[in-house]
Amino acid sequence: MADDSSAWQLILAGDPVLLSIVRVSLAVSLSALALASLVGLPLGAMLALLRFPGRGLLVVLLNALMGLPPVVVGLAVYLLLSRSGPLGAFGLLFTPTAMVIAQTIIIIPIIAAPTRQSVEDFWHEYRDELTAMGVGPIGRMMTLLWDARISLFTAVLAGFGRAAAEVGAVMIVGGNIEGFTRTMTTAVVLETSKGNLPLAMGLGIILVALVIAINAVVWTTRTWSERQAG
Amino acid sequence: MVGTAGGLTVRAPVTDLPLVLDQVSLDAGGAKILDRASLTITAGAPTLIVGPNGAGKTSLLRLCMGLLSPSAGAVTWGGRDDRAPVRRAIVFQRPVMLRRSASANVAYALAHAGVPRHARAARVSELLDRVGLAELSERPARRLSGGEQQRLALARALARDPEILLLDEPTANLDTAATRSVEEIVLRAAQGGIKIVMASHDLGQVRRLAGDVVFMLRGSVREQGGAAEFLDHPSTLEARNFLRGDLVF
Amino acid sequence: MVSRLRRFVLIALCGLTLTLSPAFSADRSIVVASTTSTEDSGLFGYLLPLFTAKTGIAVKVIAQGTGQALDTARRGDADVVFVHAKAQEEKFLAEGFGVKRFDVMYNDFVLIGPKADPAGIKGKDIETALKAIKAREAPFISRGDRSGTHTAELALWRQAGIDIEAGKGPWYRAIGQGMGAALNTASALQAYVLSDRGTWISFKNRGDLDVLVEGDKRLFNQYGVMLVNPEKHPTVKKDDGRAFVNWLISPEGQAAIAGYKIDGQQLFFPDAHKKGS
Repeated sequence: MADDSSAWQLILAGDPVLLSIVRVSLAVSLSALALASLVGLPLGAMLALLRFPGRGLLVVLLNALMGLPPVVVGLAVYLLLSRSGPLGAFGLLFTPTAMVIAQTIIIIPIIAAPTRQSVEDFWHEYRDELTAMGVGPIGRMMTLLWDARISLFTAVLAGFGRAAAEVGAVMIVGGNIEGFTRTMTTAVVLETSKGNLPLAMGLGIILVALVIAINAVVWTTRTWSERQAG
Repeated sequence: MVGTAGGLTVRAPVTDLPLVLDQVSLDAGGAKILDRASLTITAGAPTLIVGPNGAGKTSLLRLCMGLLSPSAGAVTWGGRDDRAPVRRAIVFQRPVMLRRSASANVAYALAHAGVPRHARAARVSELLDRVGLAELSERPARRLSGGEQQRLALARALARDPEILLLDEPTANLDTAATRSVEEIVLRAAQGGIKIVMASHDLGQVRRLAGDVVFMLRGSVREQGGAAEFLDHPSTLEARNFLRGDLVF
Repeated sequence: MVSRLRRFVLIALCGLTLTLSPAFSADRSIVVASTTSTEDSGLFGYLLPLFTAKTGIAVKVIAQGTGQALDTARRGDADVVFVHAKAQEEKFLAEGFGVKRFDVMYNDFVLIGPKADPAGIKGKDIETALKAIKAREAPFISRGDRSGTHTAELALWRQAGIDIEAGKGPWYRAIGQGMGAALNTASALQAYVLSDRGTWISFKNRGDLDVLVEGDKRLFNQYGVMLVNPEKHPTVKKDDGRAFVNWLISPEGQAAIAGYKIDGQQLFFPDAHKKGS
């Protein structure tokens, strides 16, 4: 990326380095979001519906993990994936896959904890009807997740926001390698450390604009969904 | 029960009748909601359950459905103590609509009643016709009026092809026109052979629908008998006061 | 309605796999653990495409401090190390983690500080300057991260006869970050900082800072490269790694290093074949 171009010049010129950074950012954060939703939504629903000893403690823990420091996750994943670590044979360190893994771990609680609350609230409302209709445990989970989808949108968006804004974990496990694991956030750190403050700020604004755009898309989908379902 | 007929082993069809409550009590948080209530429900004309608020009508119905277990006493369906609802259905006073269209709500009930996918569409149309909601089939269920939602809840209940249909004051929140639609559907269901067990606060409704009446007070069954008999010549003092319109405790 | 959702999810997942696949493709590549000074000065941005064009091997650089880079290599997470703290590099070799050390290039350190120069060190030699800074308790930024620059800084305090561990106070700020970050902090706090010349020349946020002490022969900064020992970590890409090491010290690589200039100034001076290397 030409150091003395402003961020806007780079966008207009379709600078390939900038595009690569945006692509890596979106690919990593969206993949992490998809995986975290796949795990977090059913996890939250199960925790809402099942009763077992220690459940209360698990709920408290899940809520607390929303505040899990991303750098700590980054360090833990680094130690796991390092060649000297237990999962070193996969050679995943310093790749986008490692970044997806770290971010998925970080945002699972952010999706699962609100899901648990929403599903629990809906369960209070739906319990008699679903039992009367003979709905089994899996059916209950799916029905409650679907009917609660509008509030779950917010949980998913919160997860995406956290992933897109994250810099510590992806820096540690990704290594900020140019053209490979450099994201918008790590590029901002790099350009700042090179003293390219206007460029760093420009990149930051692009990132914010992207996140706003994605939020707008989800909002539209949510409003449409509300209209459909009442 | 299993028997033989012509050399083949035949299983008798499973039935929930007679539905018997034997000295059933229900405690909750120190209060006695049901106190040694006994009741037998057999096939036939609709049974209406009446009594003042707090008499335990709702809890009784939920016990009959199998949503609750008694603290004491036993509930049996056709001699079995099987709480899982196979051929029973219930309509609540404030039914909960799933966040999807009216037809999707009915399809959902059919799916969980074991109706295979290919048969569902036809049954959905048929049920919506039966309750008069055919034109609103694609409307989001949560945006139906109170009366329409109650009729949809009925369609969902009927989707289970029930032997017993329990209803908990279904017209308590509805206007006259909506009340009449619901009563018509219930009567037709009764004529079709479904055993209706319905809680009601409306004595006019009792007169219109009931075959027998069960009078409850403070968690127990005080009187039980034919509708005409109960309405014109109640045997207990409390029943007489209740029918007169007094506040009974 | 639920099947519509299923379809959408499937399309989204396919899309994601496609966007990620270039990132996951298995090209020939090596991982080089290097310093922030080589990265922040822009040398790699200039040098590596030349190597890749010639050999088809992509070079993935992890820019950390020297100490961290050597630790990364010890864990087997890098194929080559390219750093600038000879004592640490020789320890690394002695431990058996490296194959052989080669000199690659040098530049020098410079002592940067505010133009106002409260400690009055401009034009002095490095020892006098450091003594003056300590005496005046003028704000000083240290890398504090076991990097080559940090190692050199500590050595210079020792040579000036100062026990910095015992003698440091609130004026001495160890930030634990790279060279660029240290320069940013110095600029903001109007403080003194030891930097390598390469990063300084390419640094854009100078504020009021300028070079105050330079040319002292004690400020010599040597860079070395080593292939990580495949006997310690069999997963090291030894052939491609060796190709990179060999290219760096080859006449072609050395000429490329000399060719990297900012504003007409050369940042690094190749010395792979100097006497005694």
